[in-house]
Amino acid sequence: MTGDVAVLGAGMHPWGKWGRGFVEYGTAAARAALADAGLEWRDVGSIVGADTVRGGYPGYVAGATFAKALGWQGARVASVYAACASGAQAVNTARAQLLSGLADVVLVVGADAAPKGFFRPAGGERHDDPDWLRFRVLGATNPTYFGLYARRRMALYGDTPEDFAQVKVKNAALGALNPYARYRKRVSAEEVAASAVVADPLRLLDICATSDGGAALVLSSMEFARRHGAADPVRIRAVSTVTPRYPNTVLDLPDIATDSAAGAPPPDETFRASIARAAYEEAGIGPEDLSLAEVYDLSTALELQWYEDLGLCGEGEGAKLLREGATALGGRIPVNASGGLASFGEAVPAQAIAQVCELTWQLRGDAGDRQIAGARVGLTANQGLFGHGSAVLAVR
Amino acid sequence: MVTDWFTGDGDGFRLLGTRCSACVSVFFPREDGHCRNPACPGGELEEVPLSRRGRVWSYTDSRYRPPSPYVSDPELPWEPYALIAVELEAERIVVLGQAVPGITVADLAVGMEVEVVPGVLDEDTETTWTTWHWRPAEVTA
Repeated sequence: MTGDVAVLGAGMHPWGKWGRGFVEYGTAAARAALADAGLEWRDVGSIVGADTVRGGYPGYVAGATFAKALGWQGARVASVYAACASGAQAVNTARAQLLSGLADVVLVVGADAAPKGFFRPAGGERHDDPDWLRFRVLGATNPTYFGLYARRRMALYGDTPEDFAQVKVKNAALGALNPYARYRKRVSAEEVAASAVVADPLRLLDICATSDGGAALVLSSMEFARRHGAADPVRIRAVSTVTPRYPNTVLDLPDIATDSAAGAPPPDETFRASIARAAYEEAGIGPEDLSLAEVYDLSTALELQWYEDLGLCGEGEGAKLLREGATALGGRIPVNASGGLASFGEAVPAQAIAQVCELTWQLRGDAGDRQIAGARVGLTANQGLFGHGSAVLAVR
Repeated sequence: MVTDWFTGDGDGFRLLGTRCSACVSVFFPREDGHCRNPACPGGELEEVPLSRRGRVWSYTDSRYRPPSPYVSDPELPWEPYALIAVELEAERIVVLGQAVPGITVADLAVGMEVEVVPGVLDEDTETTWTTWHWRPAEVTA
């Protein structure tokens, strides 16, 4: 147990394709989070930005970029890049500063203006970059990997494309209730089935879009929260930021091959499962204690995988859990009550922060029509390129 | 582009990896620096041909044209290709690759035996970029 930090404020810029710069989305989200916390930007002792690699050079130094936009005030600054896990690692950086006493109040910001269509690697001839190689040598896009995972589930567990579609139906219904979501229309299974195949067996509506968006959090020490009059704030109890363990035997983005298990036995659990377990162990909390979870539904099939990796059900039982309605609003353990990436789309540096915003609103009872009654414990999970993965566990 | 990732022609075509002399871990794409097994004291990394045949771990296809740096002629209509992740038993590794042209997802199943064959990734008037393809074992060229 390393101690709690308080979530004093949460804010977002609505997600969509707005055609503006990431700085605008990030500062709007930051101002919303500060207002929510009842704090001035000048009260903030440290700012941590989750980096975007789009938008050129300034994107690599997001902390200072947002600090400049908000007005230089001399705060401690950090910038964090960890692909899709950037936001969670930014939260972790802020938390480490708070627990070590380096700062009392930290602003965490992530925002992006994503290009349309497939994500692709940075330009140039980059033969030493696995991300570049998988595109150049194989034409393997992100949906390629999602398609491989989906087909594997069908072969191993008997999941069907209809099961996958039901994830989209569930998440779209929840996104329709979220004013920050990009897509706010319900979707039927027939509409999923009628959409174009992208990477067999997955269709367009099985795969999350790219979006513009921003999200921010104001975190503080528990002592500052009490002084500030927040006697019972939402608290972050654990942040897991683990690497895989050798040999990683599940083909992961952006790799062309897995590690070989010829020279060492594979670990008892997969990388994705280890991400959640590390958070549970740090928090002293188990999956049976969760009120809700926010997971990266980069594809519908991947959400089912997360159910198992989070320990919400046994291996191969994800589709059964979904069919029982356990992960819908009103079910035993709602997943992606925010609408998930299915409803938001990917704004890479913002999405892991947005997950914590949703936990915050749910644990406060401020989630409006999508409120989970009596929510007390929430977990987020994400996975990025190159062995980055994180989970954040929050309690009330 | 991918120097020393494969070698040979016809039935002699093989993917090339490296193998640690101490712990026998196999690496593909080849690892020529240090063995990446954290429990290994570190051995010599020797070039080894990988098994020619393996079994389908999973498969999918690419119905939309992938973006650059994948090279394709935008003047031509997009022809989807299948991608196969193949489990090699001896090496205990899964290797992704394109299927030979003409093989679609309808021809594939998880667990099916496939073999590695030389293929053409792309060509222009000056250069032909060769690669590896996976082909169902019962299909002959």
